[in-house]
Amino acid sequence: MANFHAYAAKGEIMYWRCFVGVLTREMLKFWQQRTRLLSALVRPLLWLFVFAAGFRSALGLSMIEPYDSYILYEEYIVPGLSAMIVLFNSMQSSLSMVYDREMGSMKVLLMSPVPRPFLMGSKLIANTLVSAIQVYIFFAFALILDVQLSLAGYLYALPIIALLSLFLGSLGLLLANYIKQLENFAGVMNFVIFPLFFLSSALYPLWKMREANEWLYQICAFNPFTSGVELLRFALYEKLATQPLLIIIALTVITFTFAVRSFRPKANKGRFA
Amino acid sequence: MGRGGQMEVNISALFHRYGQREALCDITLALRPGLTMLLGPNGAGKSTLFALITGLQKVGRGNIHFDGKALASNRTQVLSKMGVVFQQNTLDVDLSVQQNLAYFAALHGMSIKDALKQVGELLEQLELTERLHTKIRDLNGGHRRRVELARCLIHRPSLLLLDEPTVGLDIASRQLIFDVVQDLADKSGITVLWATHLFEEVKPQNQLIVLSKGHVIADGRCRDLLTLHNQPDIEHLWQIFMHTQQKVK
Repeated sequence: MANFHAYAAKGEIMYWRCFVGVLTREMLKFWQQRTRLLSALVRPLLWLFVFAAGFRSALGLSMIEPYDSYILYEEYIVPGLSAMIVLFNSMQSSLSMVYDREMGSMKVLLMSPVPRPFLMGSKLIANTLVSAIQVYIFFAFALILDVQLSLAGYLYALPIIALLSLFLGSLGLLLANYIKQLENFAGVMNFVIFPLFFLSSALYPLWKMREANEWLYQICAFNPFTSGVELLRFALYEKLATQPLLIIIALTVITFTFAVRSFRPKANKGRFA
Repeated sequence: MGRGGQMEVNISALFHRYGQREALCDITLALRPGLTMLLGPNGAGKSTLFALITGLQKVGRGNIHFDGKALASNRTQVLSKMGVVFQQNTLDVDLSVQQNLAYFAALHGMSIKDALKQVGELLEQLELTERLHTKIRDLNGGHRRRVELARCLIHRPSLLLLDEPTVGLDIASRQLIFDVVQDLADKSGITVLWATHLFEEVKPQNQLIVLSKGHVIADGRCRDLLTLHNQPDIEHLWQIFMHTQQKVK
């Protein structure tokens, strides 16, 4: 196995090149699909500029953590809409995995000699980078509405965006394994994205939900996306939400483990063959 | 073109089922350096055999050994020496030829410098040099197939698996691909398994394995099989095998 010995001698370099290759591919595809960036931004910007303007007076906000003073509704929903960008981008990434599988290019990835957990991790990191770019462009647009945070807040948000993206990306990978056809992706929208988003604190504080319905409040509080939104909200105000952080870390580990396991070759199944 | 050395593959008592349907039954064969044609009609189990050899599907019953080692316990070593052209197009149509090849090279840990050097040589051999920056979407079927072949050779594999690589191509493209692969098998001594359902692609000097309904019904040098079955050419030999298939029904 002369050829292998040459590779084995440069194990770490091989992993690094593989990682750069996956990252480059995802960036190239992201750059080529510029309409994807546009559509990813239009959605939260509509919420911010239109929905928030209409609901500003309807939704009174009391002073809650992490805010030190009363805030406008526009400011309240910026963390939730940022998390929404990450959520949609992660699900978009899972859609591209389903597409890759249907088109056959998934086989090329799975035939790499590098271990699959590393390959999946590389894809998730590439997805995280795309999400972060989109979120920071959104922050720039939010400045138009005077939603300006401190520089430290923007910096604190970065690792949280990365963590949230890893969690939601792992969830997307897991889902990609169970979505057998591209057409079934509409089901993901209805049964995963919308419930996660609307049953969270992204658009309204949980105490508002509690006033309306105790059961709905409990569901929203249990929703991991709420933890992600609150984690990001606190980070943007230079604060750490310990409990949501632990929840998201634990869920990231669990979903990533299951996602990687689901991509192992199986007997008697023709999905990747 | 650089060469990747030799590899032997031994498959023994291999079975595979999809639910109640038996796809492969007691397959035992050995792949040695040189070109081996795997001939069988559609549904014979050729793609299933490829999926098991490449590890895309798990071997349930039976063994596949690469130079005496199992894939499961030597995945990195084996996959780093394996090149595959799948029946289905597996190129990323949104990327250019160069980007597709560079992506594959990166997945195998090759440096950009090595990859580009290798890509240049391969594309020249496959008459694709001027298409380097063309998006796959804009290539015809023959060119896409050639790019797939170039891609699976970048990392200088010792084992080449080609699953119906010439299906749907014109005569010129088929001949070019065949000539490149035959040349590679003859001069470098790498192990090549070429699956096809077209008996015209089998030459008398090739090793031949005939697969039908998940069973190996012939295995040997094509010339020897012609003598054994007392047939003048491969077309007649194929008819004998198809008659055997009817009996298997």
